[in-house]
Amino acid sequence: MDAILFFLFAAIAVVSAINVVVQRHPISSALSLVGVMGSLAVLYLLLGAEFIAAAQMIVYAGAIMVLFVFVIMLLNAGAEKSPRKGWILTAVAMPLLVLFLGMVSYIIQRGFPNAPLVVFGQFTGGSPKDVGMALFTRYLLPFEITSVLILIAIIGAVVLARKEME
Amino acid sequence: MPPIPLPTAVPLTYYLILSAILFALGVAGFLFRKSLITVFMSIELMLNAVNLTFVTFSYQHKQVDGHLFTFFVMVVAAAEAAVGLAIILTVFKNRGTLAVDEIDSLKL
Amino acid sequence: MNQFYTPTDHFSLLPALLLALFGCAILMLDFFVLPHPRQKRWLIFFALLGEFFAGLALYRQYRFLEDQSIPALRAFSDGLIIDGFSIFFNAIFVAAAVLVAIISYRYLEVEGEHHGEFYGLILLAQCGMYFLASGTELVTIFIGIELMAVTFYILVGFLRSDRRSNEAAMKYLLLGAFSSGFLAYGFSLLYAITGSTRLPKIAAELAQRPATDPLLLLAIVTTLVGLLFKVGAAPFHMWAPDAYEGAPTPVTAYLSVASKAASVAVLVRLFLGTLAPHRINWEPMLAVAVVLSLTIGNFSALSQTNLKRLLAFSSISHAGYILLGLIAGNRTGLTGICIYLFVYTFMNTGAFLVLISLRQKGMTGDDIDDLNGLIHRSPGHALLMALFLLSLGGIPPTAGFIAKYYIFLSLVETGHYALAITAALFVAVSIYYYFRIVRAMFLNEAGQLLPALPGWGARVGFAVTALATLAIGLYPEPIIRFAGTSLLR
Repeated sequence: MDAILFFLFAAIAVVSAINVVVQRHPISSALSLVGVMGSLAVLYLLLGAEFIAAAQMIVYAGAIMVLFVFVIMLLNAGAEKSPRKGWILTAVAMPLLVLFLGMVSYIIQRGFPNAPLVVFGQFTGGSPKDVGMALFTRYLLPFEITSVLILIAIIGAVVLARKEME
Repeated sequence: MPPIPLPTAVPLTYYLILSAILFALGVAGFLFRKSLITVFMSIELMLNAVNLTFVTFSYQHKQVDGHLFTFFVMVVAAAEAAVGLAIILTVFKNRGTLAVDEIDSLKL
Repeated sequence: MNQFYTPTDHFSLLPALLLALFGCAILMLDFFVLPHPRQKRWLIFFALLGEFFAGLALYRQYRFLEDQSIPALRAFSDGLIIDGFSIFFNAIFVAAAVLVAIISYRYLEVEGEHHGEFYGLILLAQCGMYFLASGTELVTIFIGIELMAVTFYILVGFLRSDRRSNEAAMKYLLLGAFSSGFLAYGFSLLYAITGSTRLPKIAAELAQRPATDPLLLLAIVTTLVGLLFKVGAAPFHMWAPDAYEGAPTPVTAYLSVASKAASVAVLVRLFLGTLAPHRINWEPMLAVAVVLSLTIGNFSALSQTNLKRLLAFSSISHAGYILLGLIAGNRTGLTGICIYLFVYTFMNTGAFLVLISLRQKGMTGDDIDDLNGLIHRSPGHALLMALFLLSLGGIPPTAGFIAKYYIFLSLVETGHYALAITAALFVAVSIYYYFRIVRAMFLNEAGQLLPALPGWGARVGFAVTALATLAIGLYPEPIIRFAGTSLLR
């Protein structure tokens, strides 16, 4: 069952991710990205990360992607006429990317020769309670800095997007 | 006829390779796409791939620390998205285009 | 259950806390108390007050370490460290932020974009840098980098109606976010290998790993890519010329000195501290990055006509020299990095300050031709610019010479002769393009630019930067001693 779920949602994630990259219309890309995020949330659940799965749906798929869709609508961004950059870049970067992917996969296979099986329910340390406990004790400092980061994001959005004065 | 043995679970490495694939696709989108918004979405895809590695390693170590890192990456992504989209808005207001290669008043 | 947020935690966090507090207070004041454009100048004093208190808190930390004669103070369960190194780098950030705050006033007036948020953002960016110099935990470092970077995206695009400014912001944002992706991937692999996000624990785990571990190699590559992007070293430098040229000039100065110093601090902590046992893996990569930075930085600078762009390429080459100290990696090298960054703060800000004072309404003053015959129109500016350029080129008796001397000394000490010779050759190349500017100022026919009218901010800025550039060059002992106390371990 775990394996079926993994392969199903991994396939959805990969297909959606390819769709993000090849679709011409930004809205199609954005909706495909939501698909990636949704299927990743299921994989997070399989890995025992309940809180992160929920946050993934609420923060990522919910808030961030809505922001993207909103801006696409606001700017009335249509389909690109010629969506790709020059063929030289493609010719150089494509083999490099495939090489990178092959190397990473090889390294991962070698790095974990007898990797454990991922069985749903074997790790249950990802509940909101556990995350909260860690967040407010060992990770208190980054949590506090995050508040400054979010403040800056708010100021930045206002500073950059406000109307001209006078 | 004996039932075909279905795999009951997959090894951890499958998750990591999935994340590497997503990361590479994000990089591909960043390099090959023209529209600013799509390029920015590709970066979000990369960050999602990183999140998957963190959660997977958290499972491997049976710790919650990786989840915490994922949580913070999400916050960073949200902050970056807010500022980034505001910048994209100003670029569009001043030029009326979202194509990366038409935005070139600073010579390369 | 351990107690969290102890007095020690508070003490070690205080400078950042004060910076954040004053940053927010400036935003409030700007909105509620001083809404009129004429009143914005008072916000500078408030920003300086914030810097003063942050500096005081830093000084108290310094005294504390001296009095207790302990090398370091750890807080937040190994998340934050106060040692000579962090205090030295934070002193650099304070100096950079103070200089940028006092030189921005006139620039923003001329550009008609004088808003209080600017000063608030400068302080908040410095708050992020604090965690880069003091953080010893991957999450803290990551959030610190992002805090700094996001603030700089805003500052670079601060001139909203200027097409070049928001183009620069966009390019910086896209490449910066891209590099953050790599950095996060690297951090995830470090976590994977060691099962911890705290540097002391990671170092202990890594020391037992074989150097040939492929996973570790991948972690080092991705982390290095992410950090070299932030430092602005080749081959990940492509954002720098555009961001430097398009950004408001005070922000360019801040970006080139403080942001670079903060990223170097992380590099030093990670690679000379945590990853030191695996030097064999990262040293060749870093050497390639250094040679590329020196080559691309210096040769591209030769053909530039825009001064900000020229200084951007020169800053890429300076990143190369600083990373040389990391390759040497001994005490002299580390002292060299510290002195270099300290000196660079003054000489580079000074050079940008000259550009700022030449700027007038409808006139950018960014081209080399704009400096033609500056010696006749405004001799003071021409002489100051010449001083800063000599220092950037590393010619005695300026401070830049001392900085380069230490870097080269460390290379010779550790037997990196090939790198030392390559770097020395590139110093000659760099002197050529710095002298191109000097020649334009002293020998060319005068252009039409009016002599600048320096405000008090520019006067103070010039006094501080020029004095530091000369004084450190002539009498370097105090700074060498100060940098010596900053050594890790």
